[in-house]
Amino acid sequence: MSLARKGRSIMLTGLALLALVYVRALAFTPVERFQGPAQKIFYLHVPAAWSAMLAMGLVGLCSILFLVTKDLRFDRFAGASAEVGTAFSLVMLTTGPIWAKPIWGTWWTWDARLTLTLFLFFLFIGYLLLRGAVGDPGLRARYSAVLGICGLLLLPFIHLSVYLFRTLHPQPIILKPSSPSLPGSMLATLLFSFAVFTLLYVGFVTQRYALSLERESEVENA
Amino acid sequence: MSDLLRRAWTVARKDLMLEFRTRTALLSAVVFTALVLTVFNFGRDPTAVAPLDLAPSILWVTFTFAAMVALNRAFQLELENQALEGLLVSPLSRYSLYWGKLVANLVFVAVVEAVGLPLFVLFFDVPVGRVVLPLCGVIALATLGFVTVGTLFSAMVIRTRFAELMLPVLLLPFLIPPLVLAVLATAKLLSARPLSDSAGYLKLLAAYDIVFLVAATFLFRFTVDE
Amino acid sequence: MLRAEGLRHAFGEGGGRVVALDDVSFTLAPGHTLAVFGPNGAGKTTLLKVLAGLIRPQRGTASVTGGRRAIGWIGHRSHLYGHLTLRENLRFWAALYDVPRTASAARADAVMRRLGISDRADQAVGSLSQGLVQRAAIARALIHDPQTLLLDEPFTGLDLAAAAQLRALLGELRGAGRTLVLATHNVDEGVELATDIAFQRRGGFIRLAPRGTRSPAQIADEYRLAVASE
Repeated sequence: MSLARKGRSIMLTGLALLALVYVRALAFTPVERFQGPAQKIFYLHVPAAWSAMLAMGLVGLCSILFLVTKDLRFDRFAGASAEVGTAFSLVMLTTGPIWAKPIWGTWWTWDARLTLTLFLFFLFIGYLLLRGAVGDPGLRARYSAVLGICGLLLLPFIHLSVYLFRTLHPQPIILKPSSPSLPGSMLATLLFSFAVFTLLYVGFVTQRYALSLERESEVENA
Repeated sequence: MSDLLRRAWTVARKDLMLEFRTRTALLSAVVFTALVLTVFNFGRDPTAVAPLDLAPSILWVTFTFAAMVALNRAFQLELENQALEGLLVSPLSRYSLYWGKLVANLVFVAVVEAVGLPLFVLFFDVPVGRVVLPLCGVIALATLGFVTVGTLFSAMVIRTRFAELMLPVLLLPFLIPPLVLAVLATAKLLSARPLSDSAGYLKLLAAYDIVFLVAATFLFRFTVDE
Repeated sequence: MLRAEGLRHAFGEGGGRVVALDDVSFTLAPGHTLAVFGPNGAGKTTLLKVLAGLIRPQRGTASVTGGRRAIGWIGHRSHLYGHLTLRENLRFWAALYDVPRTASAARADAVMRRLGISDRADQAVGSLSQGLVQRAAIARALIHDPQTLLLDEPFTGLDLAAAAQLRALLGELRGAGRTLVLATHNVDEGVELATDIAFQRRGGFIRLAPRGTRSPAQIADEYRLAVASE
């Protein structure tokens, strides 16, 4: 099976499982006591954030590997990962406010996770813009790698500075979105969702990578 | 090693000579800083918000703008004078080129900050007296943070389309940690809190500086080599 | 001494891919002058850039004895800073090439005298005419007394007198044992100076031979023939 087909089948499996997640979350997981049904967005929101971070981590890793080996495949993967990461960040950034409004009464809050994802989103956008602005593939790969590595190094600092900044401001007067001790069935749904999102990540990236390969060979044979 | 440093200084000196010869960028940055501070002053309602609450943010937004002006001209200079190729053919190592540019940018921003800080104290009537030294320390650390990453990126964007637009877009996420930390530390200092309160912020700022200085030094050559 | 082995380099991707160097190999003995003739886009500039260390070739290696310190580069740009004076420019470049500070003033004066621009020493380069700037650019390339000179279309924009002066200067350098590589699209410009001739087209070296006893006219004919037939 070609790479694109593999990617598509993984993605379709992931999407099918995602539907299952929905079903499970809506019908089979208990409603959270304080936050009500709105809390169920949590099962999409948190794993989406995780996928975005996974995407960024892999962009950084591939950037390092590219600079060391000069193998353009790493650059291609990084590009695919960044696009997928942008999509997941966007999911996270839209589900965040949708969740926040009924619960906190406000669309946005400088919650550590939301803020981190916002910056992740900016990093991804910057990365993609940079790639779009450079014509020569070798130069594009090198520039992207530099940005990718810097982005990876930046993440812990963003996390820490946001955390420090937040402790200065009053916390929202509500249960924290993810308390460490979740009742069993909720935890199960969450973990299931994590797995599904990871699967989706793999599916999307594989397809995007295959698309890049196709495009490059098309242009060569033109 | 001494060769590396000496050549870096040659580059820095040349940049500074050029800058002080033309003075245009420097003057615009200084004037802009004064303007921003003035506008902020008129913009706020002194009865509603105490100056001390806003002051750190205002100071740092102003300094960030000054840094951006400096960074935009860093490699623009080489482009305009068509000299980058010549620099790369010479025995000048990529490390020296980066450090030279870094030092020149730092001096430029320092000059603007040296004008901006007194203006800030004047306009906002902030009690800077006893904390001048630690405040300068915070300013130095945070500025180093901006300029380190900014110098690296300014080398990249010259070969992209929409170069002037790209630099702020790429740089924005990287300015946040030093900015946030600087604002937090400045706020603590201006509220006459003991220095130990800000120690955490300063340590993190220093860590940021070290991490990115090292990273930028080694990544720089990938941005200039063809 | 110059050496190139199996150089391959291409730009762009897919339909826009341009091969600038296609398996180029040669050796140039010290004191020799190589003239590389070829139409625009043939890859001459890329070849020089690889020799100078500006571009790392995708395949193959190139080396120049003495490394960067021993190379004088005359490219399409002047590499001079408009707001600095001629002397300041020369001293800056001298410092980069490790000419000691005590010596650089004297060197700068000497090289300006040789190029006939001493009277402009304290003028800002931005205020000089193009002809003078070109001479200043050559002065810049010579300030550190390089063993090897790489010249990319150095006669561009020069009037007859200036071109003759440049030829004389290059002849002097040749006589002093310097190694020169000269890239140009105009056969008449470099052919008298050359000891070795190469034709470059679409990245590849078509011919590389010592000039021998062929006259410039013969070489010019050979070149035109070669270009027409490919």
